[in-house]
Amino acid sequence: MSKFSRRMLITGSIGVTAGASGLAVAASLARRYGLIPPDAAGIYGPGETLTYAAQRILTQHSTAREFPRSKISAKPFANEVAPLGDVFKRFQEGGFADWRLAVDGLVARPASFSVAEIKRFPSGSQITHLACEEGWSYIAEWIGAPLSHILDAVGTLPQARYVVYRSIEKYWWDSIDMADALHPQTLVTYGMNGGELPVGFGGPLRLRVPRQLGYKNVKYITRLTITDSLKQFGKGLGSSSPEGGYAWYAGI
Amino acid sequence: MTMFRVSAVRAAGRGARAQPSASLRKLVLFRKMSSQAWVAGSDSVIRAETVPSRHSALVRITHWITTLCFLALLVTGIEILISHPRFYWGETGNVLTVPLFTIPIPASRATVPTGYGYVMPDQNGWSRYLHFQAAWAVVLTGLLYAIYILLAGHLWKNLIPARADLSWRALSELVAGHLRLRRPGAEEAWSYNVLQRLTYLLVIFVLFPLITWTGLAMSPAIASAFPTAVTALGGQQSARTIHFFVTILLMLFLLIHVAMVWRAGFGTRMRAMITGRMGKETEAS
Repeated sequence: MSKFSRRMLITGSIGVTAGASGLAVAASLARRYGLIPPDAAGIYGPGETLTYAAQRILTQHSTAREFPRSKISAKPFANEVAPLGDVFKRFQEGGFADWRLAVDGLVARPASFSVAEIKRFPSGSQITHLACEEGWSYIAEWIGAPLSHILDAVGTLPQARYVVYRSIEKYWWDSIDMADALHPQTLVTYGMNGGELPVGFGGPLRLRVPRQLGYKNVKYITRLTITDSLKQFGKGLGSSSPEGGYAWYAGI
Repeated sequence: MTMFRVSAVRAAGRGARAQPSASLRKLVLFRKMSSQAWVAGSDSVIRAETVPSRHSALVRITHWITTLCFLALLVTGIEILISHPRFYWGETGNVLTVPLFTIPIPASRATVPTGYGYVMPDQNGWSRYLHFQAAWAVVLTGLLYAIYILLAGHLWKNLIPARADLSWRALSELVAGHLRLRRPGAEEAWSYNVLQRLTYLLVIFVLFPLITWTGLAMSPAIASAFPTAVTALGGQQSARTIHFFVTILLMLFLLIHVAMVWRAGFGTRMRAMITGRMGKETEAS
């Protein structure tokens, strides 16, 4: 007795063919609309792609929840960072007057801004939740220049797809897609809870991406590079996080 | 036909070891009659040889994918928990605030005061990758299963208890039998009893959606798109805490589920969930 009837074989092969072509179509659509994250090559690629693509579609224009002042955490926690070197300490002694944020890549007018010049952009502020991938969180007010204003000032070219940002901490760099880069809540932050941004929380300049977890909010940023491909940065995975085993997209 | 008689006697003998002999005889007779009637009503040899499946292929496949995903989610969930074994209520919480409770284990982060002079290795990276991949797999599998049980009648036929079974008397008798660790009779192998039905319904329609919801509510991007999904739970830290408790309930379910399968007859139940067959019918032919 044959265990497989003709009907089972026919429905089975139709199912497999439909599934395979469905996947192929989905993959090509995802590539066209930029829904594949740069760290999608590994064994966790399918899950990462599903998360990134689904969240991009659902959250393209959503804004992070903003809270009243009364909800600001009395005790925010400044997570530890690698020891800040002598170069940083010299900047700190000088009140960060010499700190520069360079902006280059696919821009019409590459530029370099001091903290004072960043503060001359129209400022944005938000009281939002910052959650660490470990599980803890706090709410704070963040004050800074919307990244979109800075990108406008340097004349970002239309083929731009990602903004790579680097820290004075050599091994901490990251990137975001244009949906996050142009998002109104994405700030080059210099203030917190009504005052200066403390060094522990990333001062003088920290990129705040409130729709992603803490580690995407790189502290002590020194350089923004606008690019159409992440291949030439580090190992080509989009940030130092995947090189250390963590996902590039941290919206979850 | 011989095949059915042999297997029916075997199945009855195996399953009803603890049953009085009268009910065993009755059961064997019932099996004989039903298999004869069934064969007599069939018009081809092939149909007579086909053994009815205890579990359909879709139930079996989704069951084992869910098992794999659950184990992956459990292990990686524990790994993620180790990085911050403290729980809070509301929107926020960190090492400077008072926790709701803590799990007394060393953490994988030096910043967490655990009282242990030891920091566990950090496994959060791959754990988070695998946690979300397994979550996708189990949610998609769960959706497929949900559509199937609604369309194929599995929900009403096998999961929703009959009204008569929900009486206090019937329920208390069943609970008493369970408390005495009574081994189920062979007739129970072909259907779920009311306690099983209620438990499966709770897992499928309450715990599973709740763990998915609380998991998603922890995502900052999901929170931005669906803020009510977070505030309804009491905040993102509350979501994390509920996620933890639902995990405990699901772990309890897993333990009891495996223990009951063991008690009912590990071999037959496993075979039924792997091959769909209850006994060794095919070998007898």
